[in-house]
Amino acid sequence: MNNNISLIVNEQSYTLESIPGETLSTLLRERLRLTGTKIGCEEAECGACTVLVDGEPVVSCIYPAERADGKSILTIEGLAEHVHEEMKLHPLQEAFVEHGAVQCGFCIPGQIMTAYALLNRNPNPTSDDVRFALKDTLCRCAGYPTIENAILAAAESLRTGEPIKKPHIPDSIHEHKSVGHTHTRHDGMEKVVGTAVFTDDLVFDGMLYAKARRAMIPHGFLTKLDISKARALPGVVAVLTAEDIPGEKTHGLVTFDWPVMVGIGERVRYVGDAIAIVAAETQQIADQASALIEAEFDLQPVITNPVQARQEGVPQIHEKGNLLKHIKVRKGDMEKGFAESDIILEHTFHTQTTDHAFLEPECSIGVPLADGRMEIYCGSQIPYQDREQVARVMGWDQSRVRIVGQLMGGGFGGKEDVMGQIHVAMLADVTKRPVKLLFDRHESLLVHPKRHATQIRVKIGAKKDGRLVASETELYGDTGAYASLGEKVMTRATTHSAGPYDIEHVRADCYAMYTNNPPAGAFRGFGVTQSAFAVESMMDMLAEKLNIEPVELRRMNALHVGSITNTGQELRESVGLMECIDKVSSAMRQVSGLSQDELFKPHAAPDTPQLVRSWGFASAYKNTGLGGGAPDKSGADVELYADGTFQVRSSSAEMGQGLVTVMRLVVAEEMSVPPEQVKVLVMDTDLAPNGGPTTASRQTYVTGNASRYAAKTLRDEITATMAEKFDVRPEQIRFENGIVHVNGHSLTYAEIYKEMTTLGKHPRVRYEYEAPKTQPLGTGGDMHFAFSFGVQAAEVEVNKLTGEVRVLKVISANDVGMAVNPLGLQGQVEGGVMMGLGHALTEEFIVENGYVVTDHLARYRVPGIMLTPEITSIIVEHATAEGPYGAKGVGEICSIPTTPAITNAIYNAVGVRIDRTPVDQELIAREIWEREEK
Amino acid sequence: MNLWQNYIRPKTLSEAMDAFAHAPRPLIPIAGGTDLLLDLEQGRHSPVQTLIDVTSIAEMTLLELRGDELFIGASVPVNRIALDPLAVRHAQALTEACNLIAGPQVRNVATLGGNVAHALPAADGTIALLALHAQAEISSALGTRRISFKELFLGPGKSALKHGEELIVGFYLPRSTKHQASCFKRIMRPQGVALPILNCAVWLERKTAAIKDIRIAIGPGGGTPFRASQAEDTLRGQPLNETIFESALEALLAQAQFRTSPRRASSDYRQHIVVGLFKDVVETAWRRAQ
Repeated sequence: MNNNISLIVNEQSYTLESIPGETLSTLLRERLRLTGTKIGCEEAECGACTVLVDGEPVVSCIYPAERADGKSILTIEGLAEHVHEEMKLHPLQEAFVEHGAVQCGFCIPGQIMTAYALLNRNPNPTSDDVRFALKDTLCRCAGYPTIENAILAAAESLRTGEPIKKPHIPDSIHEHKSVGHTHTRHDGMEKVVGTAVFTDDLVFDGMLYAKARRAMIPHGFLTKLDISKARALPGVVAVLTAEDIPGEKTHGLVTFDWPVMVGIGERVRYVGDAIAIVAAETQQIADQASALIEAEFDLQPVITNPVQARQEGVPQIHEKGNLLKHIKVRKGDMEKGFAESDIILEHTFHTQTTDHAFLEPECSIGVPLADGRMEIYCGSQIPYQDREQVARVMGWDQSRVRIVGQLMGGGFGGKEDVMGQIHVAMLADVTKRPVKLLFDRHESLLVHPKRHATQIRVKIGAKKDGRLVASETELYGDTGAYASLGEKVMTRATTHSAGPYDIEHVRADCYAMYTNNPPAGAFRGFGVTQSAFAVESMMDMLAEKLNIEPVELRRMNALHVGSITNTGQELRESVGLMECIDKVSSAMRQVSGLSQDELFKPHAAPDTPQLVRSWGFASAYKNTGLGGGAPDKSGADVELYADGTFQVRSSSAEMGQGLVTVMRLVVAEEMSVPPEQVKVLVMDTDLAPNGGPTTASRQTYVTGNASRYAAKTLRDEITATMAEKFDVRPEQIRFENGIVHVNGHSLTYAEIYKEMTTLGKHPRVRYEYEAPKTQPLGTGGDMHFAFSFGVQAAEVEVNKLTGEVRVLKVISANDVGMAVNPLGLQGQVEGGVMMGLGHALTEEFIVENGYVVTDHLARYRVPGIMLTPEITSIIVEHATAEGPYGAKGVGEICSIPTTPAITNAIYNAVGVRIDRTPVDQELIAREIWEREEK
Repeated sequence: MNLWQNYIRPKTLSEAMDAFAHAPRPLIPIAGGTDLLLDLEQGRHSPVQTLIDVTSIAEMTLLELRGDELFIGASVPVNRIALDPLAVRHAQALTEACNLIAGPQVRNVATLGGNVAHALPAADGTIALLALHAQAEISSALGTRRISFKELFLGPGKSALKHGEELIVGFYLPRSTKHQASCFKRIMRPQGVALPILNCAVWLERKTAAIKDIRIAIGPGGGTPFRASQAEDTLRGQPLNETIFESALEALLAQAQFRTSPRRASSDYRQHIVVGLFKDVVETAWRRAQ
């Protein structure tokens, strides 16, 4: 009964044979190869797959292809006009690029298509109209304010015929030609027209499709594994188990404790452990084969939380026990500290597990080459460590593996661990064919490492006048089944657990514990998100007890130049905390029209007395770079080409955060050329040097510096060569506006290229930058080479009857040293606030007795545009001497103070202290009604 | 492991009935499919061979006045209902509910037919339809019949529809006259599944300073869509004031079964917040009925 489907796509007619079970998105992506339509969840939750059917936006991932028969479809590829072979962007596309609404770009086709339908219906939309239309079109970079502005700007341009109005983004206060000024992304264009290639958009000849069979039990021993039925299924090309692992059996980032597959007799430690992998001719056959694999387990008691994991007599998950690491911070004398305190407060806080929910699920493709090498296409935050881990398991020299990084639809720390990379290498090696392993959202949620859930006890001692004297914290971190970066994450949580304050006596103990939950690893904020919630809540509790204004309490204790941190590091420069505090404080007064005294008091909304508003305040700091004695290096190549353009290369990751623009601006600055003249290549282990992991807010600093010094070295080489050739002193050579001036001669870079190569000098420089040395925790000295500081204030509105919380406004000031890329920075700051808001209010990854409850996106709420408050970003620039032009990291600090700012505001509004995230509105309502009943 | 083998797109009800009679089984009608396809994919619905797409059946995509009634085809996308002037005029509670369902890309395909056939006791569309006194028109090989919501819903996820034989064609709602109005509101929780903690629809008719007639629907107030009939009785014929409202509330709380849904809301939280929600919805409908 199968019919043909006749449809029009982007004004072109097609007649296709119908395929049972096919959705419109599959038809578009796989049969028409229109891969601009993205798949984020396949459950009608994220909106990335939005296309227009007869003019109306629909989610194509659950739209049966056969229903499209007779209909007209418009996809992102059909939006731009082609005038005489030239592409003319639709004003929406142009505005998205200009306004910096494009970050990772994965959600952008869905955003633009939804907005396009809105503007067709309503050419003059209000902000509310835009928000209503984009309600469920998720953006995890959370550029919602820029998306909204872009749509409004495009609407205006469409109405008036005038060019798109550009956004007003202040330049850096540090004056330079290229860096510090707004410049659009070089990949913005391809991302708005739908030609940007993410891993799943690739196909190779003869490619097979893979599926990993997961244990789906939280703890037990694999006693039986029968793959015979799977192997016998027609279309299955390979089924591999732990016995087929050629080299080392485990992978990991610091500790190699994560089995590539669990073998018979071995221990399963969480539901996502792989026990077999399948490669087949189609994805459906691979899925079916995976389901045919029969496994039996000897179930073991489940360790569900880190406190239980540390108790005596409980099962030990790893050979070395359940304790991954006991982390200690010691400063001063606690007994003395508490004895000197006039007041001591103690409270215990809990934070939940959260998922990165990057909109692009993990995808890897292994491609075996004729010479025995293996290429792996994937989105990875640490390409060189992917290479190392693949080679280790394959038993190969690292040079046999090439990681070819693709555009990434978000990472946020969640794409640091290998996911499918090793599995596709194994399958591609055995089958001698390319193999793609794409996670669906369900598998992504089950398998990859999360944010650590924590329990944090804070005991704080202060003088009557508010000066902090002693801080004692005890942290438990749930690192789940495997270490991943758990030790590092919880170290950061611990060292930052007394907040950005100058305290004489500090003691912190952290227990990073293994459990049978999905592993926890890197996630934007890297442990500090959790401890900042605890300590900043405590600061407000202390302020109340001492009857000191909360901003004043922080000001009194804030780290400043000359302070000694908890780990014994003297801060010698670049401490912009006080300026952040002052600027947010004054912005709060300005935005609200309230006096400082009034800010933190409850204010009933006019006409609706059950809605109570108030402000909350929080400060934080976060290291830039790995620190703790780890060598922190990045390599970059800068090369001049015959046409006078440059390329800068580093295998650092671009996941939407804007590193590519930073690298481009830096090289443009050093070579005195327009940024358009610089191309950027990242994430390729054959073509670009190791940029190290993209983590710890480090890339602007380390790869920014590597790019800068590589460019500078190339400039020096050009200078030296030209000086010799024209027989002038090097000082007489000037680089200006893309021209090299040599004693009356003006040479373009194309001419310079010719001059250099004629002399046998290839204009290419590789530079390996090494950041200032740091010291391990416990040894004193500089544990980190730079810190960023951030302060946020949030205004919330709490419904006293229902406990519902709305965040109305957020003011965010961040000391980033120097704003290299102001437009990208804006995106980071706004996205950081939204991710913090999600952590505070909407997101909770729930695991019950080792089984994942939130195993679909429908059960895990990522904040959408409707929840976006009015965000004011204030950039503070206390330059750090070693950073590129003074810059330090921003990726994490901008997300850290959000949660405590919100929860402190809730307390100020209704007197309910939130000590467990996410905020439970029922608990708020209950506390209020119980209080009123008394 | 295809979600379906056969996909049939009847253009008329009789073609649909023909498909019911002859297509490979198991079979199920599909409208928007925004719930059904996910249920099939995630294993909450048993596998099917045939999907009968009812979105091209002309009769089921109509939204029109028929005599004293408003007819809304079961396949009309909820976004169309939300924006339709007839619906806004005669079924405001329904348009408000439709506007709150998911985002526009889902609303453009999701339908009330699917919503009701799914038989969830607290679906926004269902609760609004209940307060608006909707009747469902059911078609089968034997002909068509009308059925009240009370008869249609048997329990959570269970409807009186004979699976594989019967189809909801559409809904009939009494058209609104002067001094009649309705309202729908809900309370959500920001985490977890996108189901309301509590929703409430009220239709009422006003006669000068008194409530002439009223219908109150609240979800989830039991295993089937809940009508607060005792609160309705209390309010009917009375002027709306604090005292009578208190009595109505008491009647409502006595009759409704507010259960605890793990990770969504406890029973006593629902009992607490229903007070404000109920009051708000009744008062809004009251004002509109002026």
